[in-house]
Amino acid sequence: MNTSMRYLFSALAISGIVGGCDKQPSPQAAKEAPAAATASVAPTKNADTTRSRIASANAPVKNAGDSKKPAPSKFVPPAESAIPKNEYGETVLMGKNIFVNTQQYAQNFVGNGLNCANCHLDNGRKADSAPLWAAYVLYPAYRKKTGQVDTIQSRIQGCFRYSMNGKPPAFDSKEMTALVTYHYWLATGAPTGVKLPGQGFLKVPAPAQTPELARGGEVYKNNCALCHGANGEGTKAHGKYAFPPLWGENSFNWGAGMHRIDTAAGFIKANMPYGRGGTLSDQEAWDVALFMNSHERPKDPRFKGSIAQTRDKDHDENCLYGRTPEELATLLEKKAKTESEDKAKQAKPAHMQSEGYSPATAH
Amino acid sequence: MAVTASAAVAAPPPIVAKGNGPATACASCHGVDGGGNAQAGFPALAQLPQTYFTKQIADFKSGTRSSAVMTSIAKAMSAEDAESAARYYASLQRPETQAAAGDPAVIARGENLAVNGAWDRQVPPCFKCHAAGGLGVPPVFPPIAGQHASYTVNQLQAWKTGARTNDPQKLMTTVAENLTDDEIHSVAEYLATLGTQGKKK
Repeated sequence: MNTSMRYLFSALAISGIVGGCDKQPSPQAAKEAPAAATASVAPTKNADTTRSRIASANAPVKNAGDSKKPAPSKFVPPAESAIPKNEYGETVLMGKNIFVNTQQYAQNFVGNGLNCANCHLDNGRKADSAPLWAAYVLYPAYRKKTGQVDTIQSRIQGCFRYSMNGKPPAFDSKEMTALVTYHYWLATGAPTGVKLPGQGFLKVPAPAQTPELARGGEVYKNNCALCHGANGEGTKAHGKYAFPPLWGENSFNWGAGMHRIDTAAGFIKANMPYGRGGTLSDQEAWDVALFMNSHERPKDPRFKGSIAQTRDKDHDENCLYGRTPEELATLLEKKAKTESEDKAKQAKPAHMQSEGYSPATAH
Repeated sequence: MAVTASAAVAAPPPIVAKGNGPATACASCHGVDGGGNAQAGFPALAQLPQTYFTKQIADFKSGTRSSAVMTSIAKAMSAEDAESAARYYASLQRPETQAAAGDPAVIARGENLAVNGAWDRQVPPCFKCHAAGGLGVPPVFPPIAGQHASYTVNQLQAWKTGARTNDPQKLMTTVAENLTDDEIHSVAEYLATLGTQGKKK
C-alpha cells in the first residue's frame, strides 16, 4: 500500500469506526510510528533499565478480559532526573507541578476538584492513559470539536474548559508556557506527526452485551467505591482530594472526553483500580463506564438553546447527554449492526480495526 | 505546638495499659505512645484509623492475617478491647522516628518508588493511595509515613508470598507481587525516614 493510500485508509478507518461523541477524526497527517524508529529514540541512559521497562510491559498481566492488553509503549520519555538544571528545566518543573497539582498551581483556572494527572496517569507519562508525549507530537491538527486547527495550546485550553470545568489560561500565560514546555520535554526525541503506540486511551471493543446500568452499579460497588466513594464523590484526606470525584459538581463537565462511555471504558479497563489495570473484563469496563456517566455533572459549556439541541450539535451515540440509557442502548445496537455490515463489505486491515481514536480529541 | 496535643490525650484504656487475661497489654510491645519498636518489628500504631485497627484485630481472629505474636492476643481480645484500643491509638500523634542513617542511594530509590511508582510494571506510587507524604487516607488506607522499616518489609513480604490476604480488592497483594526484594527494602527504609504527621509537609 502506498503512503497516500495509507493516509486515506487511516482517516476512513478512524472516522468510520470510532466516530466519537464529538465526531473528531484523528489528526489526519498522523501515521503509524514504525516501532523500530520509536524504540531507537528511547533514552538509553541505563540500558538495563530500558530493557526491563519494555520487557516487563510485555509480561503477562492477569487479565480477566477479552480485548487486547494495554499495548507496551515503545517510546520512553526522559527520566525526571534528566530535567536540566537551568531556566528551561525550571519551566519544565513548573509545568509538571501544575500538571500534578493543578488545584494548587493553577487554581484560578480550575472549576472542580480534579488535577490533570487524575486521568493522565504517571504525571502524563503512562501509555494508554493519554500520555503527553504522544499528544504533543500530533499538534497542530484540525479538530471537529472546535472546527479549527488546534495548536497544543488551544488543545490544552480545551482540557481546562471541559475536563477541569474551568477557565483556560491564556496562550501567553506563565501557566500555559510551563504546561507546553512540560509536554515538549516529555516528547524529547519523539518523531512529530506520528501516532505513537500507547497514544490516547485504550480502545476497548464494544462488549458482547449492551452496557447496562444495574451491572455497572455492581462493578462500581465492588471495584471503585472503596476510593471514589459510594456516590462518586471522591475521598478527601488532609484537606484535599486523595481520590477524585467521578461525578457531581466537583467532577469533569458534560463536554469532557471522559463523559463518553467508550473513552471512560478504555481508561478504566487499562488503568483501574490502581495497580490492577486489565483485570476488569471489557463488559465490566463498559458497564461501569455507563454507570459512572449516567450521573449528573457540571453543564456542557457549549450548551445552546436546549439539551436536545446541544445533544444534536455536540454529542453523538457514545454518551448519555440528553438521552436515556434505553435510547443509548438502541443506538449502540444499531451502530454495532451497521459496523458488522460494513466490516463484511470491506474487510479492513487488522491494525486499523484495533486502532484507538485520537487522544487528545477525546476530551 | 505538638506538646499541647499530649495533654488532651485520654489515659490509656485497660487493654492498652494492663491487658486482659491472656491478651497482653498493647503498650508492652507498641508503647503507651503507640510508637512501636523498630528492632522487634512491632509497628507504630499511633494515628491508625479506628476502623482500620479494629479490622486488623478481626482479621487476626479470622486468619486472613496472621502473626506468631498477634494471632493469639487478638483471639483473647474482646470486641470492647479492640474498640477502646483502636480509639486510643487513633487519637495519638505518631511519635517522631529517628531518621535512619541509611544509605542515601537506597533511600533515594525508595523515595522514587513512593512518589513516582513504576507504572510500567503495574506499581502505582505508595502516595497515590496512602496520600501525599504517606499520611494515610482514612478509613481504608493507613498512614505509612514514619512506620518502622522492619515492619513494612515484613508486611510487603507477607503480601508478596500470600501469607497476608486481608487487603481490600487485592490492592496490596498486586503491588507487593510486582516489587523486587530490593524495592521492598528501599521503600521501607524511605518511609521510615518520614517525619510525623503535622511536621511532614
